[in-house]
Amino acid sequence: MGTILETSSLIKDFGSIRAVNGLNISLQSASITGLLGGNGAGKTTTLSMLLGLLLPSSGTIKIFGGDFVKNRYSALRKLNFSSPYVDLPQRLTVRENLTVYAKLYGLKNIESAVDEMTETFRLNDYLDRRLKKLSAGQKTRVSLAKALINRPELLLLDEPTASLDPETAAWVRKFLINYQNENQGTILLASHDMQEVEQLCGNVLLMKQGELVEQGSIKDLYKKYACNSMKDVFFNVNSSVK
Amino acid sequence: MKNSSLVRIQALLLRYLYVLRSSWPRIIEISYWPTMQLIIWGFVSLHFGSSQPEISTSGILISVVLVWDSLFRSHVSYTLSFLEEMWSRNLGNLFVAPLRPWELMISLASISLIRTLIGMIPAALLAIPFFGVSVFDMGFPLLAFFFNLVFTGWAISQFVTGILIRYGLGAESLTWVLPFMIAPVSCIYYPLSTLPLWLQEVASVIPTSYVFEGMRALLLDGQWRADLLWSALSLNLIYFLLGMVSFLLSFSSARKHGLLLQSGE
Repeated sequence: MGTILETSSLIKDFGSIRAVNGLNISLQSASITGLLGGNGAGKTTTLSMLLGLLLPSSGTIKIFGGDFVKNRYSALRKLNFSSPYVDLPQRLTVRENLTVYAKLYGLKNIESAVDEMTETFRLNDYLDRRLKKLSAGQKTRVSLAKALINRPELLLLDEPTASLDPETAAWVRKFLINYQNENQGTILLASHDMQEVEQLCGNVLLMKQGELVEQGSIKDLYKKYACNSMKDVFFNVNSSVK
Repeated sequence: MKNSSLVRIQALLLRYLYVLRSSWPRIIEISYWPTMQLIIWGFVSLHFGSSQPEISTSGILISVVLVWDSLFRSHVSYTLSFLEEMWSRNLGNLFVAPLRPWELMISLASISLIRTLIGMIPAALLAIPFFGVSVFDMGFPLLAFFFNLVFTGWAISQFVTGILIRYGLGAESLTWVLPFMIAPVSCIYYPLSTLPLWLQEVASVIPTSYVFEGMRALLLDGQWRADLLWSALSLNLIYFLLGMVSFLLSFSSARKHGLLLQSGE
């Protein structure tokens, strides 16, 4: 198993506020890692830097072995994301959105890529409907379809099941596990849903006030904090770290 | 240009064409304003033509109105397409894809040209039966005037979109304000000599003033002034490059301040 993503002494300052402080993380290929932390812990800032949307103040990011801060474009082809902070164009239909993104990612057979995502995410019934006419749950599925259209080797997800009903959320989780198994993809998932993290992630990274305060496999963390749920680990870490 | 860049430019152009075709009222609206301008100024031209026949016989007023509108349309089309990305909170998705900022700029310029032509051609055609004025009679100079003004429109758009990406939708009104700032010194409806001397100095660094002086020379005196066109083109190139640099600096600043994820309403 190789390292897909590695950060070293990653820092992000917004004026006098240090949003991320000396972050050192590494993600192994074919793994699902949870990025946890309370509000303002620095998760979204970290994800933004890992996506190239935000420039770090200092430190390095290596993705697929290359310096991502200096040259992000070759890595971006093999990467994708979904986040509640962004939307797809609402006036475009599902098919149009997926077609545009398939083209943007330079896919050769656009029609079959769109068909595949349509099948996978059960979008057939509203493929030609505009996004603004869809429910929040349906939009989330379209957003995930966009995030997987280029079969990314590294997938960054921010609250992927936040607006989904329990049944669809369970289906998405199952899908992500299958996707990771079949494609050996690497997933970094920021979530507040501890149950989701327990189901999906082998490892977790816990952030607080911009710093990485705990990391490891879920099993090891249960052992370390003498508990049997991520919720308890989360509370323990948050109360023990000042 | 690499083939992959071309594909990404096509992808974005396709996105803007999808938006355009999604609404018939929108397509009609693109032609509506230039046509209304033409009708109003056409009658103004007829009215003044009774006392000053050269105004109506040369079609000067109608021609300058149409050509000036191509600057405004090209700028608004470029900027509105960019604003679409901000309104729909799509910038984050776009820039996580391997899209370069300059590829976005070329896509915006391409859709701007398409929308400008959709807007201007019907108005220019209507001027023939309604007012007996055909801007197409100008031939090659018309193309030269048109593209110069489209270029000016894009240069303004690059500054505006740079400000939008850096300061957000609060700066949206600049879209409508900026082109009119140069209108008085563009000498659209009056010759350069009408301006006081100090404003003539200002007009000398505004490319549009050369375009309209050139149009007047052609339509009123039948004189083709290539020197004026070259001056306009040179200034346009300078402003276009400055606009490009301004957008790229703003984009870089937006990445530094984390604004690409917060660009929605």
